[in-house]
Amino acid sequence: MKKLLVVFALLTAPALGWANEGACGQVAKCDPVKVDLNDKPSLQRGARLFMNYCLSCHSASYMRYNRLGQDLGISEELVEKNLLFATDKVGDLMSAVMPKADARAWFGTAPPDLTLEARARGPEWIYTYLRSFYRDDKSPSGWNNTVFPNVAMPHVLYEWQGSQRAVFKKNDKGMAHFEKFEVEKPGTMPPKEFDQSMRDLTNFMVYLAEPAKLERYKIGVYVIIFLAVFFVLAYLLKKEYWKDIH
Amino acid sequence: MQKLLAWVDQRFPLTKVWEEHVSKYYAPKNFNFWYYFGSLALLMLVIQILSGIFLTMHYKPDTSLAFASVEYIMRDVPWGWLIRYLHSTGASFFFIVIYLHMFRGLMYGSYKGPRELVWILGMVLFVALMAEAFMGYLLPWGNMSYWGAQVIISLFDALPFIGPSLAEWLRGDFVVSDATLNRFFSLHVIAVPLLLALLVFLHIVALHKVGSNNPDGVEIKKKKNADGLPLDGIPFHPYYSVKDTVGVAGFLILFAAAIFFAPEMWGWFLEHDNFTVANILQTPPEIKPLWYFTPFYSILRATTDDLIKYGLLPFVLALTALTLVSVRELKTKGIVVIIAGFVVAGFFGLEAKVWGVALMGLSLILFFFLPWLDRSPVKSIRYRGWKYKTALTIFTISFVMLGYVGTQPAEGIYKMCAQIGTLVYFAFFLLMPWISTYDKTKPVPERVT
Repeated sequence: MKKLLVVFALLTAPALGWANEGACGQVAKCDPVKVDLNDKPSLQRGARLFMNYCLSCHSASYMRYNRLGQDLGISEELVEKNLLFATDKVGDLMSAVMPKADARAWFGTAPPDLTLEARARGPEWIYTYLRSFYRDDKSPSGWNNTVFPNVAMPHVLYEWQGSQRAVFKKNDKGMAHFEKFEVEKPGTMPPKEFDQSMRDLTNFMVYLAEPAKLERYKIGVYVIIFLAVFFVLAYLLKKEYWKDIH
Repeated sequence: MQKLLAWVDQRFPLTKVWEEHVSKYYAPKNFNFWYYFGSLALLMLVIQILSGIFLTMHYKPDTSLAFASVEYIMRDVPWGWLIRYLHSTGASFFFIVIYLHMFRGLMYGSYKGPRELVWILGMVLFVALMAEAFMGYLLPWGNMSYWGAQVIISLFDALPFIGPSLAEWLRGDFVVSDATLNRFFSLHVIAVPLLLALLVFLHIVALHKVGSNNPDGVEIKKKKNADGLPLDGIPFHPYYSVKDTVGVAGFLILFAAAIFFAPEMWGWFLEHDNFTVANILQTPPEIKPLWYFTPFYSILRATTDDLIKYGLLPFVLALTALTLVSVRELKTKGIVVIIAGFVVAGFFGLEAKVWGVALMGLSLILFFFLPWLDRSPVKSIRYRGWKYKTALTIFTISFVMLGYVGTQPAEGIYKMCAQIGTLVYFAFFLLMPWISTYDKTKPVPERVT
């Protein structure tokens, strides 16, 4: 019997790991990113970035401003003063500043809602994507992205990152493969600082995709401790009842 | 209190029912680990119904509101995220429990007489549960919800004559749309749960009529003491009510671990593509159902012209030859030859995708006939010979394999595995009469061990 259980465990265990594997467009592997929702300063910096840059075009229309304030320890006053661009009500959902119809006319497509992006694509994808814009004179915006080829989005943060060119190499089958980036013009931020900012933004977007994540781990620990105690008591009760059954 | 009970008993058989099904229901005393899953399945049903009631209070079955209403539950409804994860993780755990419950039946021969009806009712329950899960999966109106439903419903299109109109009737439209969402909502929250409750009632009534099987496959009712009580039986309450409580506690630890620490289970319980709203213009890169459907989905996809020509056709011919050689009755031989004739004609006359749908259906139907396909004189795997043990092991491995490859693209090695798995799946059931007849069994003890 126990053998069977072990076989079952062995059969299912590797499958669990494989499901998560994800490539990043032309990049073979997404860059790892440290997601830490306990790092409140990082979440706050990410929120500021998100509100100032992303929210101009993208919406986060399942999230409310005041919820964000409460969760990240930003007072309602500060939220109202500094973060409300598209509305004047702090209880509103976070819609984009740019009207959808205009966006469609300007970019050819409406920018997607970003509330759940971290759950749909994963934090590694977002982190890699944000850092993979490169100059491409053939594209309408002048920018392209190795993680999301021919994306309509321009490199919004190019002043910080500067501009880079992508080097593609042809393999023996004649297919172009992304090799590496070459800095063309350095930005105002050193690369390390830019990566750090993008990590903050990614971290924030993980929170944005599931605010309950802030509390669910903490509650989970107590629930499991309770259940473990209950398990022991139930087992002792069972033993007491069953002692005369042979 | 006594007076009140007497008052009720005169008008309703309360004490009688309690005694018959709980305090004086004698269950074998040798239940092992595998016997927890019956009560756990009931627990899961209760959890799904309770969490479902609260989700229904906040959910909007409308294509323009559904997706947002789920996120509203996740963010704005107090404890909404917990209720939602109870339900979404619960669906997967329900199937884990049910699959282990069914596997127990296969191991210990619980489907064999006199428990055929218990087994059949259980299988109807399983099919109803699949329908319930399938319709529930559309409700969040994510992109995978949408395309999953689109693909599965259009399977019916493949059926000859009635197919297209049947698919249209199911959807209420030419594509999956608001009409589909509304009717799936209705069926998911009312019709199928009512059916499930009724079937669970019948499943338990039938079980309590014939009594539980056990890991030895010994009928405890055959050996009774002077009072007419089974020597190897113990009252369900308190013995198994306390034991099942231990099982419930252990199970809830795992369930809570999933809910609080890994509700997505890395895409196995909640798919990444379902976190974007349904989009009729954007197909997900790989449309696949959730893991509990993938063994059957694999069979569907594995059925290609190649499989029919090089796998199924030789298989049917070999099976027919085997029947002709080993069965004595002329009538049986005739029936088998006629059926085989139709099947072979169908292999040439019908498209592979029709066979895919047919085989997927057949893969469920065969389970219903297991009590009659298995001719072994013993029930439990403990007293069976190596043939059945090997067959069950290979079947189990290939079932898990079918489940895994069903989540992967249907090409290369995955397709190959799915096709081998499909043949093994059908071979297990259709060769069962021979496997079980020629298996060398061990003597079954008089009493449970």
